[in-house]
Amino acid sequence: MPDTPARRSPRPPGGPPSSPRPDPGPRPGAPAAGPAGQTGDRRVPWATLAAVAAGGVIGALARHGLASAFPHPPGGFPWTTFATNVIGCALIGVLMVLVTEAGRGHPLVRPFLGPGVLGGFTTFSAYVADIGGLAAGGAPQVALVYLFATVAAAVTATHLAAQATRALAGLRRTGPSGEAG
Amino acid sequence: MSALLVALGAAVGAPLRYLTDRAVQSRRGAAFPWGTLTVNVIGSALLGALLALPVPGWAMTLAGTGLCGALSTYSTFAYETVRLAGSGARLRAVLNVVVSVVGGLAAAGFGVVVARALS
Repeated sequence: MPDTPARRSPRPPGGPPSSPRPDPGPRPGAPAAGPAGQTGDRRVPWATLAAVAAGGVIGALARHGLASAFPHPPGGFPWTTFATNVIGCALIGVLMVLVTEAGRGHPLVRPFLGPGVLGGFTTFSAYVADIGGLAAGGAPQVALVYLFATVAAAVTATHLAAQATRALAGLRRTGPSGEAG
Repeated sequence: MSALLVALGAAVGAPLRYLTDRAVQSRRGAAFPWGTLTVNVIGSALLGALLALPVPGWAMTLAGTGLCGALSTYSTFAYETVRLAGSGARLRAVLNVVVSVVGGLAAAGFGVVVARALS
């Protein structure tokens, strides 16, 4: 039996140097809560993969539809990719509060909507390629503004959407994930 | 037609991102989002190479818009940054942004150089 899924610890037996900070909580890419969780189970989660793939297709088609409807001119600010990424980030702020802190939904809802729809909708590679294209194409100022504006707007949108969702859902700042301020 | 190509690429890219993230995080632990950084760097390198190659439009739609677009992610990157900052790990949050953006740009440039050398 070449590969036994059980009891293969990813860490050395002597124990890892403990992190100075607590685990900041679940991640949107993390497997849905289940008996195995993230404890080193190597079984392929087919249902989760199918949910991620289906969601990814929907998200990517929405991104492609927006990019086709609102193409940006060469050398211009890539507004469509900017808006796509910022909207996707706001939505993941909403989703992660509802699914992880309020604990709502089927176990496959999170992989379908998080790494699936929103992961497929937003894109890092096009962001990077547009920065490179603008810088190489004689619009370095636009490239710099785009670089910083996207990061700032995306992080702010994620944070504000999560805060607003917590307020609307009647959740306190600290969720069950141990996310202490 | 282009929608079908995007869907095909994303049907591969999104689960590939999930599996890569899972594999990387199980080795590196949850203190830093190495998994998302990995897929974003790989997706940027691939797209950089594609843009430098004389690929036909359908291949760019399939592999660039579909595969690389779904392999890489901005939403998880932003969420993990906010989560790090919210848990008090402000330095790691800033590092995540800097390393992701610089790493993505360097990877895209690397992809361009490799593609030009090969073609």
